[in-house]
Amino acid sequence: MRWIVLTLVLFASLPALAVQPDEILDDPKLEARAREVGKELRCLVCQNQSIDDSDADLARDLRVLVRERIVAGDSNQEVIDYVVSRYGDFVLLNPPFKLKTYALWFGPGILILFGIGTVFLFFRRRTINDARVGQETLSAAEKERLARLLDEGDR
Amino acid sequence: MNRLFYILPLLAFLVIGGYLAIGLTLDPQKLPSMLEGEPVPAFALEALKGRDDKGFANTDLKGEVSLVNVFGSWCVACRVEHPFLMKIKENGWVPIHGIDWREPNREAGPGWLKRHGDPYTLVGDDPKSKAAIAFGVTGAPETFVVDKQGTIRYKHVGPIDEKVWTETLKPLIDHLRGQGG
Repeated sequence: MRWIVLTLVLFASLPALAVQPDEILDDPKLEARAREVGKELRCLVCQNQSIDDSDADLARDLRVLVRERIVAGDSNQEVIDYVVSRYGDFVLLNPPFKLKTYALWFGPGILILFGIGTVFLFFRRRTINDARVGQETLSAAEKERLARLLDEGDR
Repeated sequence: MNRLFYILPLLAFLVIGGYLAIGLTLDPQKLPSMLEGEPVPAFALEALKGRDDKGFANTDLKGEVSLVNVFGSWCVACRVEHPFLMKIKENGWVPIHGIDWREPNREAGPGWLKRHGDPYTLVGDDPKSKAAIAFGVTGAPETFVVDKQGTIRYKHVGPIDEKVWTETLKPLIDHLRGQGG
């Protein structure tokens, strides 16, 4: 029983956020918005973490900046746009949909279609070949030769 | 059709290999700067303790070509490039302004400059990354070339050495001075 409880407790643990108590805004609504924005922004130091997950100093300063701007009355999008204007689309963990990123968004779909097409062609060709094997008949000359060979075999 | 079928794996290999050949040689820490060709972002930093300048702001960056160097006493690579910055200063090649980034306390930056020499014309203290984020800085050292109009022309990531200076920075600075830019 103890082990089961322990296991459950371990599974129930959530990823630890790096947001420090002194950064958290008093207004829970604004703080919730800051968390939403923070999840979208990449930490420039440990590049596969969001600024909310990262302990890097720069991530901390970015979290504080996000909160300052939200308190000052910026919308979530305005905050994100400001950070993008400094660091480029790279800071967005969710890449935007635009001309430069079409390859990223459409690439996998095109590859899958290509794969399906290849498999389809492969099987269709095989089916045709199989069908042909069943249908083909021997010509008169071939039948005669086959009979002759079988005769020889008997002897 | 048949022949195409046998070429496919080779094609796939070449495409993937091509992407990897390019991708693996790229440095993920090197990000394109959003600010090249843009005016210097607005910032106003306090002076470092013990220096007689009155701080460093974007309005100081007009009238001549200059470098803006982001450094910190905690930054090992800054220590590496420091002698070369001193050399630039001693020869009067170009004024260098400093952004002292994320010092643990008010003494650390001035102490570091005292120990190793002070190559900067103006220095601002940036403990909260205010200017650093405005400049899109991701690490130190980073150096920006700013023209006479106060427009950022180039961002160099990493230490400046003889090679970077003669091959990249000096030609650019000469060019910017020549065109009155």
